[in-house]
Amino acid sequence: MPDRTLRVEQLTRLEGEGGVRLLVRDGRIERAQLRIFEPPRLFEALLRGREFTEAPDITARICGICPVAYQMSAVHAVENALGIEVSGPVRALRRLLYCGEWIESHALHITLLHAPDFLGYASGIDMAREHPDAVRRGLALKQAGNDILALLGGREIHPVSVRVGGFYRVPRKRELAALAERLKWAREAALETVRWTSGFEFPACDRDYTFVALRHPAEYPFNEGRIASSQGLDIAPREFEAHIDETQVRRSTALHAQLRAGGAYLTGPLARYNLNFERLSPIAQQAARAAGLTARCTNPFRSIVVRAVEVLYACDEALRIIGEYEEPEAPACELEPRGGMGIAATEAPRGLLYHRYRLGTDGTISEARIVPPTAQNQAAIEEDLRRFGTQFLRLPEEQLRQRCEQLVRNHDPCISCATHFLQLEVLKR
Amino acid sequence: MSGGTVRRRVIGLGNPYRGDDAAGRACIAELRGRLPVDLELIESDGEPAALLALLAGAGEVCLIDACASGLPAGTVQRFDAATAALPSLGGATSTHGIGLPEAIELARALGMLPRRCVVYAIEGLSYGSGEPLSEPVRTAVRAVAEQIACAGAA
Repeated sequence: MPDRTLRVEQLTRLEGEGGVRLLVRDGRIERAQLRIFEPPRLFEALLRGREFTEAPDITARICGICPVAYQMSAVHAVENALGIEVSGPVRALRRLLYCGEWIESHALHITLLHAPDFLGYASGIDMAREHPDAVRRGLALKQAGNDILALLGGREIHPVSVRVGGFYRVPRKRELAALAERLKWAREAALETVRWTSGFEFPACDRDYTFVALRHPAEYPFNEGRIASSQGLDIAPREFEAHIDETQVRRSTALHAQLRAGGAYLTGPLARYNLNFERLSPIAQQAARAAGLTARCTNPFRSIVVRAVEVLYACDEALRIIGEYEEPEAPACELEPRGGMGIAATEAPRGLLYHRYRLGTDGTISEARIVPPTAQNQAAIEEDLRRFGTQFLRLPEEQLRQRCEQLVRNHDPCISCATHFLQLEVLKR
Repeated sequence: MSGGTVRRRVIGLGNPYRGDDAAGRACIAELRGRLPVDLELIESDGEPAALLALLAGAGEVCLIDACASGLPAGTVQRFDAATAALPSLGGATSTHGIGLPEAIELARALGMLPRRCVVYAIEGLSYGSGEPLSEPVRTAVRAVAEQIACAGAA
């Protein structure tokens, strides 16, 4: 059989610009490359020389879908350098804000970007004509997430009220009470979304991923925890760089991350779910089991169900936080600049987001390092294409192309975040 | 729609900090105080779920946005989106490729598109961070506002 090259020049239904190239030899995929050609963003250099107080607002601009994740990793890392720990209602509000971002980001991906793959539509708009109720529900869920961002963050995209030490403004109890009514509807809609996605057909594609996610003693992780892996890694965020290497590859403007001890790994909803199932609230665990999931899920196509379970959890957790909320005495704690190194990792919708800052004694940022989840997932996505793509090679070219795109969309990559990052090319030799 | 009245909205889209991308929002500023009080003037960053909610809740809408279709800067194009899809106006630059044309088609597919939906597209010149509107776009913004004010909406 002659060698063959399959190219997807421009991946669609993703954030950012990239493509896929497959080299097929003897009926098997010999090489799979995720090509990220969106230009470098240079944010780490942009941060040098800026005040420590500017880190959350500058890094929020890395992404319009997950600005909260950047703000949260930034404030925790800077606070780590300043020796501050935020607790009480302000800490709870940060978690609530993160719930909003998971809801809006996951609802968009499930409904308009990923579900069309399973139901056989080229776009969310085509799917909407025949599945209007599911799309309306998904959009209303996204709007519920937006509502949390607008109330806590001041606006839906690139919220402005997050600051090192807390918030510029915190909500009144009565404002959160109004939000709770919408979130009760959202929780039911999320439950229905778990049922809806669990009815899709999933190809038999399981593999033994190395999952990496935060683990917290008591919580499903958003803001805090140790970095754990399914292979026994258990480290503080401060030890991240001692265990994970980033290397440059010619095909990508995003650095590739690898575990020094064991190569490619996966972050994101599947990793969080597998490492933290027992930390999900009872309603989320029950919904997952009713959807046919166990505490272990290693089929990347089922990530759409796991994402729906996380939306349900985020709605439930948001309602819990609102129910227990007491207005804090101050929206933020006092800050004194000091020199040092600050490190934090939080859970963006797409996975682990690592920030490190070195501050001068006057609080100026002298060095910044940001490792986004999509950069970490590139090698695992390529491995999915290599392992699972072969079974789709006999499909007609258009269907093969669609399956390859789906293998990438399973992980909801955010190329714009990853560049320092999709196009399908299949080379057959 | 409530109590038999039709909700009418004029929605200006864009990023106020990116030069001519703010054209739609600048139009809303021009229109303040010049339209009947039942006409809602709304500035939007174009976030798709929020925009769909604005479309779904209205009986008549007029949308104003900047575009990059290759025509001379300041050129104004008017489209009746209730009867036909918008042409490509320079490609989606918003997150996940869901721009105004896609949001309108999604609303149409879901039966959420207002029965009257007019779109003004103002051709931009420059979209630099922190830049003011360019002169041709400033002139076009005033002309579009004048047209909307005279028509009492669209």
